[in-house]
Amino acid sequence: MTTPVPLTPPVRAEYERPLEPVGDLAVDAPLPFAKRLASQSWPRRVLIALVLIAVWEALARAMNNDLMLPTFGATLAAFVQGLVSGELLQRTAVSMSVLVRGYLLGVACAFVLTSLAVSTRIGRDLLSMLTAMFNPLPSIALLPLALLWFGLGTGSLLFVLVHAVLWPLALNTYSGFRAVPATLRMTGRNYGLTGLRHVVLILVPAALPAILAGLRVGWAFAWRTLIAAELVFGASSGNGGLGWYIFQNRNELYTDRVFAGLAAVIAIGLLVEQLVFDTLERVTVRRWGVQS
Amino acid sequence: MGAADPGVSRVSTDAARDLADAIRPRPAEPPAVPATSGRLLAIDRVSLEYRTRERVVRAAHDVSFDVYGADRFVLLGPSGCGKSTLLKAVAGFVPPVSGTIWLDGEPVRGPGTDRIVVFQEFDQLPPWKTVLQNVAFPLRVAKQLGRREAHDLALHTLHKVGLAPFAHAYPHTLSGGMKQRVAIARALAMQPRVLLMDEPFAALDALTRRRMQEELLRLWDDVRFTLLFVTHSIDEALVVGNRILLLSPHPGRVRAELNSHQHSHESVGGDAFRDRVADIHRLLFDTAEVAQ
Repeated sequence: MTTPVPLTPPVRAEYERPLEPVGDLAVDAPLPFAKRLASQSWPRRVLIALVLIAVWEALARAMNNDLMLPTFGATLAAFVQGLVSGELLQRTAVSMSVLVRGYLLGVACAFVLTSLAVSTRIGRDLLSMLTAMFNPLPSIALLPLALLWFGLGTGSLLFVLVHAVLWPLALNTYSGFRAVPATLRMTGRNYGLTGLRHVVLILVPAALPAILAGLRVGWAFAWRTLIAAELVFGASSGNGGLGWYIFQNRNELYTDRVFAGLAAVIAIGLLVEQLVFDTLERVTVRRWGVQS
Repeated sequence: MGAADPGVSRVSTDAARDLADAIRPRPAEPPAVPATSGRLLAIDRVSLEYRTRERVVRAAHDVSFDVYGADRFVLLGPSGCGKSTLLKAVAGFVPPVSGTIWLDGEPVRGPGTDRIVVFQEFDQLPPWKTVLQNVAFPLRVAKQLGRREAHDLALHTLHKVGLAPFAHAYPHTLSGGMKQRVAIARALAMQPRVLLMDEPFAALDALTRRRMQEELLRLWDDVRFTLLFVTHSIDEALVVGNRILLLSPHPGRVRAELNSHQHSHESVGGDAFRDRVADIHRLLFDTAEVAQ
């Protein structure tokens, strides 16, 4: 056994040196093309889509039953034919016009409700009561009631659409408002902003990540509700939307057209997600550095 | 000094006055007294409370002090002494439970643009506005300046704090010190009667903090704004302030009011400065022992 000797570090000489220029070293260089491509998500997504299509095509060929599962090729043909004949486009336009109206109405209602909720205590309780009651209620379950009240037509569709958009959006917006830092709220009040001006100039932009998430969810809910509603009560005055197109072709056993209609539903959903919401996010919350 | 400075005679209790007299160096009377400013802000026997869900907490009790024009008035005290709440009361965010806050002879009744607050938190800058828009925003909404005027004034103020090259950057791309400089520029551009600062440099690293203190003093030399500054750092209080109000631990009561105009970054580490720090330390923490 040796007793451990407590060590002290040696005292070394001090030195100073002049800073040398870094020379040719690139301090800030662009990434090479392959690495930039790899950091994008769309090549991977395209790959996934191609694999899914290949699986579908293989399954359909194995079953060999056009009535149950048409091939991708047949669906594509029906889709193109629907586009060329204009029927698919016209049905889509009908659906979209109802959808956009219902969506905007729902957004407006959500804005009013959440503005009330952040400015008054009774409004807050009202919002939490209503969302607790109605958010779990599927919009489609309200359709019979809507038909009774508003009849067969756009009124009923708008009613269920507003119901589909309003609650998830109001819930998201309100939680976004509440998450706005107290400092930022005080800054707004410091400039004499109160009431609606405070909501519009401070709370809405500050809560935009949550609001955008709510708008996305609301959009998806509205879209699926609309298609379902059209499937249930079909056309009003012979002017049906995409849901009606799907329903009608199923009745006539044009399964490839049913698939084409479904593909249109999916395509529009994807397009809006990618073009509208992703663009909105890119020019707002990502640019501001509040969401990565 | 003594008689020349009308604020010196105001000390809350006899004991504190004795102590303050004992520790105050008595320099020779200056030969010629320059014109002095008048009283701008009067805090008159103010008590403050804040509410949690279960209890009411008294943050400050029976606090009185006066701030004169072009003062760099520091509220100094240990954490939990209610100094931040006092500042928020002056800003109009917290109404006093008793007593009155007078600004220019008018009682303070809520937030206003004559008192602009610079907070400690970096999220006081709306992340959706560029540096320039951040400074111009209150000029537009509160001072009703035109777009052009607000833009020019904002740019001019940014020049003053050395941030003109970053006018079009978003806050999330700036360092902490730069964000605080934007907040200071934004406050100065509003030309408030009193500039309120709530531990504005507490979240910065030591090197940046020192530079920001120097810059603040340089700006004060330039603009001669009236400053009410909250800090828990004795060194910072002595360097930044010309007058220091010492607050006791919870609930905050006035312990002493001291002069510190003779101290600057140059005197840090000198004997006089060290003695002053020791005095203040004793004043702050004697009370803590008595309270126990």
